[in-house]
Amino acid sequence: MRKLALSDEILLNVQQPARYIGGEVNSVMKDPEKVDIRFAMCFPDVYEIGMSHLGIQILYDMFNRRDDVYCERVYSPWTDLDQIMRERKIPLFSIETQMPVRNFDFLGITLQYEMCYTNILQILDLSCIPLHSEERTWEDPIVIGGGPCTYNPEPIAPFFDLFYIGEGEVVYDELLDRYKEAKKQGKSRQEFLEAAAEIPGIYVPAFYDVNYKEDGTIASMVPVNSHAPAVIARQLVGDMTGACYPERPVVPFIRATQDRVVLEIMRGCIRGCRFCQAGMVYRPVRERSADELKRLAYAMLKNTGHEEISLSSLSSSDYTHLEEIVNFLIDEFDGKGVNVSLPSLRIDAFSLDVMSKVQDVKKSSLTFAPEAGSQRLRNVVNKGLTEEDILSGSAEAFRGGWNRVKLYFMLGLPTETVQDMEGIAELSEKVAEVYYDTVPKEERHGKVQVTASTSFFVPKPFTPFQWARMCTKEEFLERAAIVNRKMKEMLNKKSLRYNWHEADVTVLEGVLARGDRRVSAVIEEAYRNGALYDAWSEHFDNNIWMNAFETCGVNPDFYTVRERGLNEIFPWDFIDSGISKEFLKREWENAVNEVVTPNCRARCSGCGVRKYGSGVCFEGEDRQ
Amino acid sequence: MKIRIKFSKQGPVRFIGHLDVMRYFQKVMRRAGVDIRYSEGFSPHQIMSFASPLSVGLTSNGEYMDIEVNSTGSSAEMIKKINDTNVEGIKVLSYRLLLDTAKNAMSQVAAADYCVRVKDEYSSEISPDFPQNFFNFCKNEKIEIIKTTKKGERTVNLSPFIYEVKMPEPDTVFLKLSSGSTVNVKPEQLLTAFFSEKQIEYRPYVFQVEREELYADEDPEGQHRFVPLKEYGQDITDN
Ligand code: SF4
Repeated sequence: MRKLALSDEILLNVQQPARYIGGEVNSVMKDPEKVDIRFAMCFPDVYEIGMSHLGIQILYDMFNRRDDVYCERVYSPWTDLDQIMRERKIPLFSIETQMPVRNFDFLGITLQYEMCYTNILQILDLSCIPLHSEERTWEDPIVIGGGPCTYNPEPIAPFFDLFYIGEGEVVYDELLDRYKEAKKQGKSRQEFLEAAAEIPGIYVPAFYDVNYKEDGTIASMVPVNSHAPAVIARQLVGDMTGACYPERPVVPFIRATQDRVVLEIMRGCIRGCRFCQAGMVYRPVRERSADELKRLAYAMLKNTGHEEISLSSLSSSDYTHLEEIVNFLIDEFDGKGVNVSLPSLRIDAFSLDVMSKVQDVKKSSLTFAPEAGSQRLRNVVNKGLTEEDILSGSAEAFRGGWNRVKLYFMLGLPTETVQDMEGIAELSEKVAEVYYDTVPKEERHGKVQVTASTSFFVPKPFTPFQWARMCTKEEFLERAAIVNRKMKEMLNKKSLRYNWHEADVTVLEGVLARGDRRVSAVIEEAYRNGALYDAWSEHFDNNIWMNAFETCGVNPDFYTVRERGLNEIFPWDFIDSGISKEFLKREWENAVNEVVTPNCRARCSGCGVRKYGSGVCFEGEDRQ
Repeated sequence: MKIRIKFSKQGPVRFIGHLDVMRYFQKVMRRAGVDIRYSEGFSPHQIMSFASPLSVGLTSNGEYMDIEVNSTGSSAEMIKKINDTNVEGIKVLSYRLLLDTAKNAMSQVAAADYCVRVKDEYSSEISPDFPQNFFNFCKNEKIEIIKTTKKGERTVNLSPFIYEVKMPEPDTVFLKLSSGSTVNVKPEQLLTAFFSEKQIEYRPYVFQVEREELYADEDPEGQHRFVPLKEYGQDITDN
């Protein structure tokens, strides 16, 4: 039997001890003595969240296919165990072999959202790894970050030895090979970092100097090591079919957030919504073949025993073979003990038909994401959904038996007016009216229920809104109050519900999203004063953060409420995401002028990623 | 067809709670390709029921569940199939066909065997006389505990529900206790009572409690005749 890192005394005194014991179905067991490289793959949040993440499962599978590498998993201990580990000086350990993380060659941390940044410091701290790259020696693992937040890694730059910019599947092999070589030749840690810096997509923050102007904006960012390139090019998978995919994903004992087989049908999005970072940085759209997906569906259900299968992508309705794959899943698995859970699809005859097959319409709800309350503002954000689409889709759904609708919006979008805000209430009202107009009294089962939810808008790097000013907390709450007031004025107000997001945490997210290296001191200070699990509203403490800004002399407003000039150098400008700055500027201008840009399939708008030679940019062309 | 499965739970998986063990076995059935029956409706679930939940931290050599299948291979074949997809620590010990009229395991349970031992790593935290003292304690004719129910507190004497106490090894106290829906006595309750009498703090982690077997009672009103649950099934042989 495996030996556990934690004693029975501890395991019987923490919540969900199963988070820490490993031994799950499909977890990979190797002899650590028989590999050259030990890689600790970390998701800096609690086990149930981290285990649900597809990207980690892909890399875990890919690394472990190599005989010379053993990749194990690491998650943030929950607050109860965190405290015990600190008191008793128990070092953080990996799930599989239960061995200290510090003994590994690499610690890879995936960065999925900004609010996990203090958890990164928790991981390093509990592992007894110095928080700052420059204090580490060969006794410490190489700490490498990857994932969406690396499109602006600067606020956490000092804590990492390396960042990997782009899709993880591509150049890790080369990195691992260079590591082996460096170790074999007895090179120094610095020499290894230099060798790594030469690999496309690898960014070594210590090799760059940032100079600031008097107004606080960046004057220049320059490499200070001859091995470091001035620009880091994002890496991406050219052809999704044949790309690594975990056929035997790990199946947790306890219920994870995603307790199902997930098929990634495509990467990227053709839509070009101007607020959406994923829609930009995962360009171009690359699809997996339907045949490959069918094969994976069989294999993964068999290997996991999951009772549910679902599809994943940014906009599943745009997948070319959607009908084929959905019909396949229903014919093959529905009613045979496997639930087919559909991603949010564009509401039309096809999706309503398949939804009525796999869900109980009386219990499920219909989802639309208009994002903005008026057509004018939807044009600004380039969201191609019209009021007509929503109302006719709702009518059709109501006829099919649904009577619950969810609408998702953002507040605080650039150029937003009171009319746009009130439009959220008005659109919700219209949906309710459609119900009473389409469904005759005798066929209604209860009232219609329309729930509108708003999140607050955070401008993100590599989107056309990267120049935009963000609202203050007061402005956000004021806008939510306007929507709320209007909701109450509606005739059908009893059928309408309105929820809004927290404003404090949004403002902080805004600082971390577009922050520079000076923000790292604030993160460290906040962590030292107890900030942890900031993504969890019950743990988030805004006061700690506000004090940290004060102590470090960093003004959060500089990063949020300031509108940036078109010529300002951004902290993330050293990254070549493939999307050209000219395109983003053009889109920012189009936004302000309320001009809609067609999607990639309707017309290419020359965003710049065609240079990668793959995906939607070449659809219909003979690719040689 | 109704099938009764007996399995063991050993090692680190003792920290997996009952609900998660149930979810775990649903996935095992799919991985192993057991032709299990499903209920009707939008989210069909497997026809599967467990005899008795096991508390987190306990190990067991005698867990039971009943399932219904449409078709099945021989016992030996099915045990192999299932164990091939089981994780370390969970092992199917028997797979037997029940009569269609058989009562389910949960309603049958009347008694359970347990062994209580001190874990090696915590032996310094307790007197070496513990097994003997605990054995003597369990032999008492009056073992009173206070039960808090919705109606308030009341004192219960556990002694009549302890059917057997012995020390098969010098370090082991064996207990046969009333179990199931009528009176369910847990070894932890006896340990709590033991330490409260001695006025010493009870540290549950010091002890490894292991469940050994679950029984039905064929003579509940009279002398008690305990029959292991697996005896109600027949091995399925190749033919
Ligand atoms: S180059 Fe054109 S087709 Fe390709 S992703 Fe950009 S806009 Fe779309």
